[in-house]
Amino acid sequence: MAGKKTVQKRAMATVNPPRVWKFGDHVDTDQIIPGRFLTIYDPRELALHAFEGTRDEFARLARNGDILVAGSNFGCGSSREHAPLALKGAGIRVIVAESFARIFYRNAVNVGLLPLVCGDTSGISDGEEAAVDPGTGELVAAGRKYALEEVPGFLQEIVDAGGLVEYARGLEEVTTCRKTTRSR
Amino acid sequence: MGQTLTEKIFSARCGSPVHAGEVVMAPIDRAMIHDITGPLAIQKFREMGGNRVADPEDVVILFDHQVPADSIEAAQNHVFMRMFAEEQGIRNLDVREGVCHQVMMEKGFAAPGEIVVGADSHTCMYGAAGAFATGIGSTDMGFVLKFGALYFRVPESTRVEVSGSFPRRVGAKDLILAITGDIGADGASYRAIEFTGATIGGMDMAGRMTCCNMAIEMGGKTGLVAPDRVTWEYLKGRREMKSFALEADRNASYADRRSYDVSDLAPQVAVPHNVDQVVDVGKVEGTPLDQVFIGSCTNGRFEDLAEAAEVLGNRSFSEKVRVIVIPSSRDEYLKALRAGLVERFTMAGALVEAPCCGPCMGGAFGLLAPGEVSLSTSNRNFRGRQGSTDAKVYLCSPATAAASAVRGQITDPREVG
Repeated sequence: MAGKKTVQKRAMATVNPPRVWKFGDHVDTDQIIPGRFLTIYDPRELALHAFEGTRDEFARLARNGDILVAGSNFGCGSSREHAPLALKGAGIRVIVAESFARIFYRNAVNVGLLPLVCGDTSGISDGEEAAVDPGTGELVAAGRKYALEEVPGFLQEIVDAGGLVEYARGLEEVTTCRKTTRSR
Repeated sequence: MGQTLTEKIFSARCGSPVHAGEVVMAPIDRAMIHDITGPLAIQKFREMGGNRVADPEDVVILFDHQVPADSIEAAQNHVFMRMFAEEQGIRNLDVREGVCHQVMMEKGFAAPGEIVVGADSHTCMYGAAGAFATGIGSTDMGFVLKFGALYFRVPESTRVEVSGSFPRRVGAKDLILAITGDIGADGASYRAIEFTGATIGGMDMAGRMTCCNMAIEMGGKTGLVAPDRVTWEYLKGRREMKSFALEADRNASYADRRSYDVSDLAPQVAVPHNVDQVVDVGKVEGTPLDQVFIGSCTNGRFEDLAEAAEVLGNRSFSEKVRVIVIPSSRDEYLKALRAGLVERFTMAGALVEAPCCGPCMGGAFGLLAPGEVSLSTSNRNFRGRQGSTDAKVYLCSPATAAASAVRGQITDPREVG
């Protein structure tokens, strides 16, 4: 039986491979999750309202493992962590953009999303099959490869832990102004 | 190598020289949480295994986004935060004081040389007091509650030097809109923006707050003004603190330097749907309006309301527009009340609401229907920001807002009063 399940899972994966949700420049957090939903904190409930009014099909059709690809300054605006949580609730694990707004970037890492910078995303189209190659760290979309920048050193520890909550849970104390790695 | 204002602040708080690009675990002098981002911060603090907040006396809780509670969910969030404040011995200003950033400034919770964080992106406003202040998310705030410290990558800085005297009815908001239009929505990403020059030196704290408030609209981590006589004067009675020298070194290294002359600056308007799409008011004059909002952390201070009232004079607002005026704090409300401004605005047809964020973030009241157009003195005109994603939001100064509310369409304030 176990063998059969595995086969079914593989078949499913072939039918529904992860694909690209493509966005442009300056996607702000009000678009990702409008202000009227900020009394909600559950990622799955937030996901029902992701991009409501600007891209309604996202909440209906986004699937686990889909990759969000954007232009520059993704996540600009409000510090609301509801934004990365809504994307996480929708099944997004990786966001690839030419650049990220600062607070969103850090929030994304903190909640266990992986924001990755790609020099040029203009060649990547909506709906393309995509995956991040764990070996090379490249994004492969519609068979083409795109180099991705790594998360800066000090944030990598948080990424590796699965988010800041997991990272901080194991910490009893911190030493302030202990200089750590020098990032880019 | 010389140091920027930001590098000076981090070096002083760390006790050793720190430069841009370095990552430090810095002590937090003050932390602010409000009703939208606070509940999640508390939840994350708990999930991190937090029991006792590291420095409860350095934490400020207040409610401003959904006050008085506009839904049962909002009311529950308020209850949740009240209970946490009581349990932890944290100062809770509740719904009493107004918009978080204005309150943090006027209570003296941000002072020169301090490192302040707030779970709200416009926390960058406290740079007007010479603090390094920045907005963070709820999980980072959970970490701050647990440890009283947070990782920072010390940012590079953009130096913005401003000279010249403002023409009549042109001021700080027009300046910062013009700068945002020039630098762009991500032109200062990850950087601190240092405002300097004769015009900034001559600007009151209200104007400096307006400028620093909008640093985030260029992607900035904070906006700062080196403390001077104006700063220390403002802090009197708000904060027991001896004045000291804090300024950037002449040979400090900047990622970018910009200079502006305001002598010929026209009133500025940011058009939908990005804050950096900025034009002279003449380009959009005559645009019909459904709603005008005068308020927010950017422009809800007494000085802003007084200028709006001056432009209004003894006229009435156009019956074609809904005019919503919200002083940014209880103190500012009282000042407006005592100066007769609340009566003037009410006589003219405006709704004068109690201090809160109001329509700015589209979560509470004053929302826009599809197809409607709003002119607002707040800081963001993103699609859907104030209600329907099919509505439009324009941003401007209090003077332009008042003139436009009189005519029912976008209007150059110099033509009205």
